[in-house]
Amino acid sequence: MAKTNRTVLQFSSSSSSSQSLSAKVHPLVVFNICDCYVRRPDQAERVIGTLLGSVLPDGTVDIRNSYAVPHSESLDQVALDIEYHHNMLLSHQKVNQKEVIVGWYSTGHGVNGGSALIHEFYSREVPNPIHLTVDTGFTTGGGTIKAHVSNNLTLGDRQIAAQFHEIPLDLRMVEAERVGFDILKATTVDKIPSDLEGMEASMEHLLALIDDISKYVDDVVEGRVAPDNKIGKFISDAVGSLPKLPPSDFDKLINDSLQDNLLMLYLSSITRTQLSLAEKLNTAAQIL
Amino acid sequence: MATTTATRSFLQAVATEEVATPLRKVQMEGLVILKIIKHCKDHSPSLVTGQLLGLDVGQDLEVTNCFPFPMREEDEEIEADGANYQLEMMRCLREVNVDNNTVGWYQSTLLGSYQTAELIETFMNYQENIRRCVCIIYDPSRADQGVLALKALKLSDSFMELYRSNNFTGEKLRENNLSWVNIFEEIPIKVSNSSLISAFMTELEPETPVIQCDYDRLQLSTSSLMERNMEFLIECMDDLSVEQQKLQYHYRSLSRQQAQQQAWLQKRRSENATRRAAGEEPLPEEDPANPIFKPLPEPSRLESFLITNQISNYCSQINGVASQSFHKVQLMKALHEE
Repeated sequence: MAKTNRTVLQFSSSSSSSQSLSAKVHPLVVFNICDCYVRRPDQAERVIGTLLGSVLPDGTVDIRNSYAVPHSESLDQVALDIEYHHNMLLSHQKVNQKEVIVGWYSTGHGVNGGSALIHEFYSREVPNPIHLTVDTGFTTGGGTIKAHVSNNLTLGDRQIAAQFHEIPLDLRMVEAERVGFDILKATTVDKIPSDLEGMEASMEHLLALIDDISKYVDDVVEGRVAPDNKIGKFISDAVGSLPKLPPSDFDKLINDSLQDNLLMLYLSSITRTQLSLAEKLNTAAQIL
Repeated sequence: MATTTATRSFLQAVATEEVATPLRKVQMEGLVILKIIKHCKDHSPSLVTGQLLGLDVGQDLEVTNCFPFPMREEDEEIEADGANYQLEMMRCLREVNVDNNTVGWYQSTLLGSYQTAELIETFMNYQENIRRCVCIIYDPSRADQGVLALKALKLSDSFMELYRSNNFTGEKLRENNLSWVNIFEEIPIKVSNSSLISAFMTELEPETPVIQCDYDRLQLSTSSLMERNMEFLIECMDDLSVEQQKLQYHYRSLSRQQAQQQAWLQKRRSENATRRAAGEEPLPEEDPANPIFKPLPEPSRLESFLITNQISNYCSQINGVASQSFHKVQLMKALHEE
């Protein structure tokens, strides 16, 4: 039916792999897009930009970076600043050569007519680009982020339509978890938590979890909640993972570790004392 | 709300422009933090730097964006290339309405060993062009412990003055009452996010009871971190003792020189006495041509100050890690007894 040219090849490859194709988004990308949207020019309704990243061995597209590309849009045409796009790409590649173009993003909900044109441009840069839409207007009541790939429907050499369909998107932000959501979620945070404050928060989390579990166990024992074998298995696994040690050995372990730490503390304190002592002696010696 | 406070503080800034207000706070966008972390982590363990962009508003310095520098090369040609890159990047970012006002730079570090002469030099370079700048230090090696090791530093004014005159003798230091503690000033960091981002984060991340940094923080083994901290500390101690020896050597040669000068003066005086007795003109009591009158250069204290700073930094890190492990051990104990 169709001749085997480049677009048709893409059609078959993307349709066969679209089941397994999925994308992962680094939180930085979401932050960057939001920032660009906030700083968009007055008359612009949306911002578009390039997505950088890499394709992982298992076929997942890892979107790790992005930059906005200025554009202007009228009823039936889209003008993209291609020179800007290339300059920015070169600059980014100087810093990290492993990150290549994987697709493009646009704010707003869903795909519109102009998208096909831009998508076509990006198809020339990279085979089978990903189109990420970020609903910054919260039009559907929630900030939906979706990833799409497109299939070209061709008739002979003539392209008659482009069909976008959604692919699964992994939004789990382990990276952001590392930083701590408290910092990234609130509009203002007065202070970055110190080591011990962070520790305290973690301990509180742990305590809350233990409370939850023991409440659940109590409920089950007293027959208020229907027992769930899966949860029971998890609990027994967790309890089983505690090493069985005779109390004397355990105490020894604890005490050894305490003493090691105390020694370190002592050493570092003594070093500090020496430093301030030396400081005082130096000034005193010079006055004499 | 954010705009009204911004305009008000801008007015304040205009009103107080004549009097250079001290820098109280660095306000960073979450975007900047993520960008810095990503850049530093991607290239870890090699150390990287980048530029901070933002606004200087009253007592706060707002950091609203940043961009990474490519890895530093020794080659002349590539250095010129780097400058081009910087200009190009600034131009591009301006086109998408990013504040293109340099407010400082960021760099990654390994276990907080950032107090170096290079950092001071870079800071002085920046300071020449912009009135207020800041250096953000990020330590990717501590991220594994669930710590966000982000610091904003600046050099103290008194130190900068002294550094410009390039005079780090003991006397000068005493005159300016400068000790190693007040070379660097740490500025508190405040984090801000746009409401849009805040909405997105709330939307995208359901309230999870445990997050990654909890796992990282409750990791029981800290010995490797301790060991490395200790190693660095010992190295610093060695360096410090070398510096001490230099200083001692200087004092020894100084006292030797003074003794020589005294001996020479005595000889000259007795000679003059005999000359006067013989009715001749006395010889001058100064002889600039004589090598023993040449003043000995005093070694700079800067290096030892920096090393002392590093040592104290390592000490506080060890303290921090140790007290963290105390908590963990106690927690372990309590859990085990339960």
